[in-house]
Amino acid sequence: MNLAELTIEEAQEGFKKRRFSSVELVKSCLERIKKLDSKIHAFITVCEKEALEQAKEADKLIKQLNSRSLLGIPIAVKDIFCTKGIRTTAGSKVLENYAPVYDSTVVKKLKESGAVIIGKTNLDAWAHGSSGENSDFFPTKNPWNLEYVPGGSSSGSAAAVAADMAIGAIGSDTAGSIRLPASFCNLVGLKPTYGRVSRYGVVAMASSLDTMGSLTKRVKDAAIILKVIAGKDFYDSTTVEKKVPDYLKSLKKGIKGLKIGVPKEYFVEGMNSKVREKIEEAIKVLKTLGGKIFEVSLPHTKYAIAAYYIIQPSEVSSNLARYDGIRYGFPRDKFGDEAKRRIMIGTFALSSGYYEAYYLKAMQVRTLIKKDFEEVFKKVEILVAPVSPTPPFKLGEKTSDPLKMYLSDILTATANLAGIPSLAIPCGFVDNLPVGFQILGPHFSEEILFRVGYHYEEETFWYKEKPKIL
Amino acid sequence: MRQKKQLTKKEVSQVAKLAKLIIRSSEIKKFQKQLFQVLNYVAILKEVNTSGVEPTSQVTGLENVFREDEIGPSLTQEEALSGTKNKEKGMFKIKAIFN
Repeated sequence: MNLAELTIEEAQEGFKKRRFSSVELVKSCLERIKKLDSKIHAFITVCEKEALEQAKEADKLIKQLNSRSLLGIPIAVKDIFCTKGIRTTAGSKVLENYAPVYDSTVVKKLKESGAVIIGKTNLDAWAHGSSGENSDFFPTKNPWNLEYVPGGSSSGSAAAVAADMAIGAIGSDTAGSIRLPASFCNLVGLKPTYGRVSRYGVVAMASSLDTMGSLTKRVKDAAIILKVIAGKDFYDSTTVEKKVPDYLKSLKKGIKGLKIGVPKEYFVEGMNSKVREKIEEAIKVLKTLGGKIFEVSLPHTKYAIAAYYIIQPSEVSSNLARYDGIRYGFPRDKFGDEAKRRIMIGTFALSSGYYEAYYLKAMQVRTLIKKDFEEVFKKVEILVAPVSPTPPFKLGEKTSDPLKMYLSDILTATANLAGIPSLAIPCGFVDNLPVGFQILGPHFSEEILFRVGYHYEEETFWYKEKPKIL
Repeated sequence: MRQKKQLTKKEVSQVAKLAKLIIRSSEIKKFQKQLFQVLNYVAILKEVNTSGVEPTSQVTGLENVFREDEIGPSLTQEEALSGTKNKEKGMFKIKAIFN
């Protein structure tokens, strides 16, 4: 068996039983990268030298029975997370030559847990995108079919894990940027509760919406990574004091009697009928596992994208103001079209004369969207919904119409507006392309999400499917 | 909202100026249309009754997250200057502000 095909849990087992070393595992992934990445373009920077050094160190510690949770595991990191001394571009020509002088907290925690950072993955520049096509460097292809997008903005992270070029990956989700690529690539994508994971050292997109999370082959791996990266951070004052639980503890407790809501507004008009079928099948599986299904309503869902595409660009226009080319990076003439669009929309929405009609209004609608969830969670414990109204689309299909691309986020933006967690899980294939569904819960309910996802996974085994390219 | 199909050249230029963005004259028309499309779409929010609704600017509910006013470790001057070639005598070199 090719070591690169392993999950985090399987790799940990293998290390424990001395079946293989971290160096062998990392070499296996690097071989995969050499073989496939010229076609897939998942990576902007491959850290071959550093990764092998880290793997050697990990092997020493493994021999000493060191029990750090990600020891020796090769993880890919979205190129929006600062890595000390290693180029961090945020997918943009503005930062093409930028090497941070510090690590983001998430990267620091990964290193402290023994992870091997195998490379920095491609993304839509500044995380502005839903397909990976807005990268200033090159578009990433979907390993399941190279003519299709892997989803964005964590496009490279998804493609890397789906093609076994890394055992797991870190991404960011501001309106679906983990969940959409995870679903388009047959992976588990976790968007934690806002404030659960530190945003320090991550190139900021929309500070009240950005959430750091993971893309993995299986649910257990997502739980393992969350335990490592979650927690209050001195450097990010929007992280919460709440204790980080052992996410693996209640994983196998079953879901008998669990009240599951299906929000009717998420089955949007024009939704692909085959995708709808897959979601309905997934809901049936949850029912056979003992879940109690209820139809619920989130009445302000249809306003979410509009609210999001005012709030997010407004925050983007502020966050991207710091890129002046003085202390690092290139000047502002290097911004791509999408960045310019979002900065201008935001500047417009915040400008005098328009602030009340746009930004203030959007923030009020945000309150209503948040309240919808609060009301619904009084009646049910979790929600189940599609991630995308369509299966993965072809490269170039939406690039000439920015608004059409924005509507890809229609089912995912709500979780970020409300700050709630969502776990995207594979639920099958439509025309040989992966489809996923999402499990949403109240703030800090990740344990329940993992439990539901785990049992669904153990009933359906979609993770056993592999792209033909491999 | 607006009776037209795109923003004016002046509106795009003004917004670009505020945001310190350079928009080439060959690009302005494209942005006039695209920005309008988005701003037109988001106008759907006008339908929503928001009277008496408090705006949400953050979802954690956290307030006044303070730390002790103590000096801690920071970047060295060398690290801080390491990102650019435009530096002199330990300072960043930029275009003149005053004449």
